[in-house]
Amino acid sequence: MAQSSTRRGADFYLLAGFFALFVIFLYGPMLMIFILSFQGPTGGLTFPMRGVSTHWFQDLWSSSRYGDLGGAFRRSLGLGVLSLAVTAVVCLFAGLAFRRRFWGAGPIFYLSIISLVVPGILLGLGISQLFQLMGFRLSWWLSGLGAHLSWTLPFGLLIMFAVLNRFDGSWEEAARDAGARSWQVLRLVTVPILFPGLIAVALFGFTLSYDEMPRSLLTVGGKNTLPIEISNMTTNVTTPALYAIGTVTSLISFLVIAAAFLAIAIIQKRRARARRGAD
Amino acid sequence: MSSRSSGGVSRLSPYLQVAPLALIMLAMVGIPIGTVILLSFWESDGIAVFPTFTWQNYAEVLTSPLTLTLFLNTLKYALITLAATILIGFTCSYFLVFHVRNLKWQIGLFLLCTIPFWTSNVIRMVSWIPFLGREGLFNQLLIGAGVIDQPLDVLLYSDFAVVLTYIHLFTLFMIVPIFNSMSKINPSLIEAARDAGASPWQILTGVIIPLSKTGIALGAIFVVTLVMGDFFVVRVMSGGQSASVVSAMKNNIDQLFYPVASAMAVLLVVVVLMMVAAILRVVDIRSELAR
Repeated sequence: MAQSSTRRGADFYLLAGFFALFVIFLYGPMLMIFILSFQGPTGGLTFPMRGVSTHWFQDLWSSSRYGDLGGAFRRSLGLGVLSLAVTAVVCLFAGLAFRRRFWGAGPIFYLSIISLVVPGILLGLGISQLFQLMGFRLSWWLSGLGAHLSWTLPFGLLIMFAVLNRFDGSWEEAARDAGARSWQVLRLVTVPILFPGLIAVALFGFTLSYDEMPRSLLTVGGKNTLPIEISNMTTNVTTPALYAIGTVTSLISFLVIAAAFLAIAIIQKRRARARRGAD
Repeated sequence: MSSRSSGGVSRLSPYLQVAPLALIMLAMVGIPIGTVILLSFWESDGIAVFPTFTWQNYAEVLTSPLTLTLFLNTLKYALITLAATILIGFTCSYFLVFHVRNLKWQIGLFLLCTIPFWTSNVIRMVSWIPFLGREGLFNQLLIGAGVIDQPLDVLLYSDFAVVLTYIHLFTLFMIVPIFNSMSKINPSLIEAARDAGASPWQILTGVIIPLSKTGIALGAIFVVTLVMGDFFVVRVMSGGQSASVVSAMKNNIDQLFYPVASAMAVLLVVVVLMMVAAILRVVDIRSELAR
């Protein structure tokens, strides 16, 4: 290590500087609204800070100016959890299916890719008009969930492909030869081995749904989700309350990301220890 | 296949396994896109839509001089964003793959670049407002440094703010695929080029860039489709002064002109697919991914 660091030339420091600037560019503005959300009661949307307070956080909960934020938050959490569950289960089985050749594999894969490529608002328009033509009511838990799944499932499928790329099918084969039934193979062999990858798929399922806006806009019906409420606030609200809700929702996202990373790290560590123990 | 599993069940199992995905994708992607195409041939009077068959919506969109302006404006955003994200994405991936030698650091710094992907785009866009505004930090810094005496108005609510936000939101879609294809480059290839007397610049243009092509192409597809599909950033960050195809389409939706909006959407998707096809023509992603 000491030897390699002596060989570091000017280009290393130039590139490291560029990378550091990019990280500041990526996180700096976010950090700024976290700080500004603690503005004093008389403070505005920009610096300087006029005192430090949690006034704007309290304002979010107590004021009725911001619409039904609590309800929107609950609906977004509910949708996130539903998307997480459906994405993890559906993508697990779909990923397993795609290991073999079957009729229709191409069209299903391309449909998933198309779902990523078309503008979200177009799919929202399509889903809402389809529901209306068929005489169904739009609701966040059916048409809204469907719109979210059109966004989370393709990502989950691509992650699942990457996870299965490193999965050795001979483990399943061995279990089957030892007399395990197919659901036993799935429950005792496939799922435990794939579990860290499934956590990653679930992370995508929750966060992509929790923050989804363009596809939700036309499909959730009368009751909005949190990202829609926040995007309405960007044009109506001119107080730091806008930053306060940003801080709250980002904090939730970061907690979910940290929990997922931590769970994966713990499993990997346990496996490494078990492997050392076996040697 | 093991002799134990009965042939009939195992041949059926991929169909059972993929059925939930196929059904959801068909119901929530396939049929809705079909609905939009169908709707683009229907008529509307601003209150309700009527099932007929008419080319009028397409005629209206195609003959309007506004359409060309909208498409050119959207293309302009897409190309500027594409150039900037390729430059930043390539440089950052290059640094991570070839200059960060400790694997733990490499993974850690890579994750640092990708974490914002799991947070809210709306919030990340909003977070530029206190920086770029008339009273914002950037103007305060410039005035403090004596560079300007009057705050700059072009920072926020301008094309500059729109493109800056796009670059901020979408660069990670470029970093991930480029990092992925760069880290597959065999180090001995670069060693061999160096031994053969290639300069660092020649190694970059002759070895690394050609072998990162797949990643750049995948990233370009993501960035182009994301920029061309956006309506929210352009609406908020331009302060309503600029429009893109989708933001104009969103206006039509708000006024309940669904058929015209659908016709615009179909045209946009055709243009986006042509751009994707053009990228795929330059780089054969499928054969490279199978490598």
